[in-house]
Amino acid sequence: MKGVYTWGAILVIVFASVVGDVLLARAMKQVGDVGALRRRVGLLAVIRRTLGNPNFLFGVIAMAVAFFSLLFALSWGDVSLVAPAAASLTFIGNAVAAKIFLHERVDRRRWIAASLVAAGVALLAG
Amino acid sequence: MLSHGMKQTGSISLNHLQGVIFAILNPWVAIGILLLLAFFSTYMTALSWADLTYVLPATSLGYVLLALVARFLLREHVSPLRWLGIALITGGVGFIAGGPELTEHPKAAELDDQRAVAATSSPLLSKDASSRAPNGVRS
Repeated sequence: MKGVYTWGAILVIVFASVVGDVLLARAMKQVGDVGALRRRVGLLAVIRRTLGNPNFLFGVIAMAVAFFSLLFALSWGDVSLVAPAAASLTFIGNAVAAKIFLHERVDRRRWIAASLVAAGVALLAG
Repeated sequence: MLSHGMKQTGSISLNHLQGVIFAILNPWVAIGILLLLAFFSTYMTALSWADLTYVLPATSLGYVLLALVARFLLREHVSPLRWLGIALITGGVGFIAGGPELTEHPKAAELDDQRAVAATSSPLLSKDASSRAPNGVRS
């Protein structure tokens, strides 16, 4: 029964952090090239523009949800299961979500890279 | 940094919320929070330049750095399985670093006027070449 809770929490972490990452990426694509913007309108205006972006706000909220569900998961399961499982599944989930929602061209090279990194993180965090 | 500071302050209970204030005043925790802020702002900047599927695996080099710091500065033992993990991450990051960093969308060119100018001035360039054109423009 505890395993179900733990895996449920892991899925919530992965889902929330993937949603957060996609929203943050979309927000920054809407804000535009930060380097060029800073030269044109100044650093403060860039920060104001970023913080005012609704996608950015929702992305940060999703990240917070992911963080607190990580705390919940850690209270139910072992660190050696939760940390690597959540971290590596996030990489795979992000590749899928970026392809679907951000229309990024996730070619074979990026799939291989995402799986390699996910496997490596699972080994390191375990 | 954060964990070092939090271990110094000891555990915080919900009944003693003033403990949180002491925790923030601890220099290690303060430095940790500042570094996290720095990480977040540079991460957002990178996201404004490149794809999510490019930036995210690249940030995983932080895990490798962490393991190396643990090995050589803190003199912790790093097991062979973890060395394999380090090798896999490094290989994966090397894999994407060789590819294009940004998927070009037709709309993206219109958003940034500089890029739009660069794109119209060189209509013969292929898609891949035009994505690199703005870097070559000296303004």
